[in-house]
Amino acid sequence: MKARGAVALLLLTTGVPVAVANATELGTQRESELIHLLRQDCGSCHGMTLKGGLGPSLLPERIGELPPAFLINTVLEGRKGTAMPPWKSMLSREEVSWMVEQLQKGIPHVR
Amino acid sequence: MSVKRLPALLLVSALTMALGGCTTLRGTGDMGVVIERASGSLQIIDTSTRQALKPVTGLGDLSHASVVYSRDERYAYVFGRDGGLTKVDILTANIDRRIIQSGNSIGGAISQDGSLVAVSNYEPGGVRIFDAKTLAPVADIPATFGNGQNSKVVGLVDAPGQRFVFSLFDAGEIWIADMSTPSAPLITKFRNIGKQPYDALISPDGRHYIAGLFGEDGLAMLDLWHPELGVKRVLGNYGRGEEKLPVYKMPHLEGWAMAAGYAFVPAVGRHEVLVVRMSDWQEAGRIAVHGQPVFVMARPDGRQVWVNFAHPRNDTVQVIDTESLQLINTLKPGKAVLHMEFTPRGEQVWISIRDEDRVEVYDTESQNLVSTLSADKPSGIFFTSRAHRTGL
Repeated sequence: MKARGAVALLLLTTGVPVAVANATELGTQRESELIHLLRQDCGSCHGMTLKGGLGPSLLPERIGELPPAFLINTVLEGRKGTAMPPWKSMLSREEVSWMVEQLQKGIPHVR
Repeated sequence: MSVKRLPALLLVSALTMALGGCTTLRGTGDMGVVIERASGSLQIIDTSTRQALKPVTGLGDLSHASVVYSRDERYAYVFGRDGGLTKVDILTANIDRRIIQSGNSIGGAISQDGSLVAVSNYEPGGVRIFDAKTLAPVADIPATFGNGQNSKVVGLVDAPGQRFVFSLFDAGEIWIADMSTPSAPLITKFRNIGKQPYDALISPDGRHYIAGLFGEDGLAMLDLWHPELGVKRVLGNYGRGEEKLPVYKMPHLEGWAMAAGYAFVPAVGRHEVLVVRMSDWQEAGRIAVHGQPVFVMARPDGRQVWVNFAHPRNDTVQVIDTESLQLINTLKPGKAVLHMEFTPRGEQVWISIRDEDRVEVYDTESQNLVSTLSADKPSGIFFTSRAHRTGL
């Protein structure tokens, strides 16, 4: 039973990048949940308008030119020695890379 | 009606209009505000009728907003995330004055005598002090440390002796600003108090200032009756060797609970409320709770402590009995419970539930729901009874 579960999990995780080859395939509902999470929960440290708070600004002026892989890794793993927690238990790599893409080009109507 | 009497009548109605068209006198002791964080507005509420009275809009970015009151309980000073400081007249529901005092602020305090309002800033860091009446600038205290870096300032409170006390997140310092001469603050600095103080509180008697540490275990405590003794570590061994959970929301210490001889503290990165015996500042116990606590608040009589939690377990509120140190109830008000505020003598508690767009009022004794109000993404709830409490 345990072994079968592990196999299923493996299939699921390896299956994800194929299924989500295109970021927009997260689905509009999940995307709007992620935007909500960005504003409300990332916003509790980075500010609801994402211009910074206890954590730094996440606006394109500051992070637009940073390598996406670095930003994705920061979100998934957190940053030791700072207040940034790892989000990998709650968000998939695909979701985080979509969020980073949105942040780097700027999210319209972030109020 | 004679023509001669008409001007007098006109004068009366003009006067009535000048007073805001409000002919019924009322006090403000049962009033308060609910912050609507996403729309930059607040609702003025009445805790006796449990109704929203009037909205006030145009307050800027109110994510993480907080409020202090003038000692006449008429004006609410609203500290916005965008550096906005707004003085709201809650009787007329008007903005009396509004300034943008910095780029990015985190909270504020009002002085013991009510004459000064202080704001702590993230960007550019430091504390700015304003005249409570006019909001004219009075003093600027940059939080400079090390080789001239600026620190974010957290945990700003008022203290007896016309003082403000605050913590420097990046520097690991606690400063006291004596404002006896408003234009020339007298600063006392305490260095190496611990890594990354994230918030602080002052005991209701104004004697103990306590900063929570994010960068290491424990709390930094300063006895303001004996500042010469320096800052002491409390619960320094707490959590040693245990792995912390990721922290998705910083706990708050502003409404920290001191009740029945104990202080109740949110544990950072753990599903626990810590209990500290205030006579000797030793650990008296740990209470396992639903999630990582954010606000741990005592009912005004000290018999109960109510706790809310960090994302993603923020749909729950738990109630602790302070005599037995046991959980007595678990409530599920809804998604994203952000704040709780007790009525002045504690028979009811108001709870904001952000993602459900509502505020719920509970009877604290039975823990039954009494009323529901709608609000747009409500966060902080602040009642005027704070006006007469040190540190609030």
